[in-house]
Amino acid sequence: MCWLAFALLLNACGSTNNENVLNITGSTSVAPFIEHLAEIYQQEHEGVTLNVQSLGSTAGVRAAIDGVAEIAMSSRNLDAAEAELLEQVVVARDALAVIVHPSNPLVNLEQAQVQAIFSGEVTSWAAFGGADKPIVLVVREAGSGTFGAFEELVMQGVPITPAALRQGSNGAIRQIVAEDPNAIGYISLGIVDSTVKAVAINGVEPSVAEVEAGNYTFVRPFLFVWQKNRPMSALATQFLEYTLGPAGQAELTRLGLVKGVTTR
Amino acid sequence: MKERAISIMLLVAALGALLALALITYFVFQSGLPLILEVGLWNFLSGTTWNPTADPPQFGLLPMIVGSLWLTVGSLVIGVPLGIAVAVFMVELAPPRLAQFMRPAIQLLAGIPSVIYGFIGLTILAPLLRSTFGGPGLSVLTGAIILGIMILPSIIAISEDAIRAVPRSLRDGALALGETHWQVISGIIIPTARSGIVASVILGMGRALGETMAVIMMIGNALIIPYSPLQPATTLTSNIGLELAYATGAHRDALFATGVVLFVLIMLLNGIATAFVRRPAFSRRGT
Repeated sequence: MCWLAFALLLNACGSTNNENVLNITGSTSVAPFIEHLAEIYQQEHEGVTLNVQSLGSTAGVRAAIDGVAEIAMSSRNLDAAEAELLEQVVVARDALAVIVHPSNPLVNLEQAQVQAIFSGEVTSWAAFGGADKPIVLVVREAGSGTFGAFEELVMQGVPITPAALRQGSNGAIRQIVAEDPNAIGYISLGIVDSTVKAVAINGVEPSVAEVEAGNYTFVRPFLFVWQKNRPMSALATQFLEYTLGPAGQAELTRLGLVKGVTTR
Repeated sequence: MKERAISIMLLVAALGALLALALITYFVFQSGLPLILEVGLWNFLSGTTWNPTADPPQFGLLPMIVGSLWLTVGSLVIGVPLGIAVAVFMVELAPPRLAQFMRPAIQLLAGIPSVIYGFIGLTILAPLLRSTFGGPGLSVLTGAIILGIMILPSIIAISEDAIRAVPRSLRDGALALGETHWQVISGIIIPTARSGIVASVILGMGRALGETMAVIMMIGNALIIPYSPLQPATTLTSNIGLELAYATGAHRDALFATGVVLFVLIMLLNGIATAFVRRPAFSRRGT
């Protein structure tokens, strides 16, 4: 861990004197969206530099606690100890979609069925009226925010089978599911496209509208966190306002996320 | 005076390389060893469950050790016969101009980034194996085939040198005794070049054991002990590569501890390789 803090520190050291530089670090799930916002923001504001680093939620939260990063991104809820030390705001929400191959006739799964599939209890598509083919599970690796959110929101304590294929990114899961007619996986709703099919959960379609209405429940927050009682730089304040403001929120929605709710 | 200055500079450079090795060794062991001692070496090596974020976490390396062995053996089964055959062909049978063309072409194979190999495995080979044999396609077999090709350049280059070093007199003598070309190759040349060929195999083995990026993309990374080459698996390296970015605390230490196990394995292999290379060919003077 310390080398990471050291690397971040070096980075921060080089720029602390410059009030036109803002370092944002953390979740790999959040980073692509914030990077996009940062690019727009930099185009609109001459001379400011926003560095968005994706190191994972936990590393980001750690960096915020240590004060190394002024703002950190997290794609999971803070635990009690972290919430003691950090301010947090939900910049957006992201739904987890369970995806299958487009040729798969499956349209709906109850949450208990999802648990049965991912725990390895049910191993054949015959159980869901499909052909008697083995179900190929594709999941994220332990420690990632998406994995943590899926465990918390969907599995609720039921362990995921070790026989599942593990991939290092949402994109990799999508690609495998798009190619394998027997595969099932989970990814951010934001990056579901026509190469895969997202199934309804408990009869509710995974869509931005259903998430906003509160019907679709596999939803996790994308957080900005920062040290409590630390005066925020002007640039950080402005970027935060931009992200939470109508322009930033519209952009995030356009990218497939769901609007954040204001401070929790 | 000038000579002395240059020799001191070279000494410093050499010590710098050694220092880097020492620092890496120290850092990996310092981060990994405490966890091995805490979990217990035997539990760590023989545990069948890897669940680093559970409460309490479980650190069992056996699935990955078996995965690494499967993959390494598989890639050798594919790469070694092919590599030795190519080396023999290039020295003994190929017209010189063809050999001259083949040599740089094979070296080029070593220059292809491993992520490209992985991509080919993922997008071309995996779907092919999936439609032929069923299963997920991402499997030990997919990884072994691609890795077998990846280790070809080192096997061919070193085997070729060893075969070329076989004294002309042995070859000519055997031919003069009326042996066919094939008998000379299989009975004289390969046995004489044996130590170099074995060294090339062990270097290839080291490469196969250490490859990470391509393996992550092709092997599926399931945390099970594979009992068939068509099943997915995880290797020691691919698990480190996959999980390190997000790991903190004991999880991170466990990945460094995985590194320690890998380190020891590769040191052993290198030791064996060095021993083979140093040993003089057994029949340099004929037997």
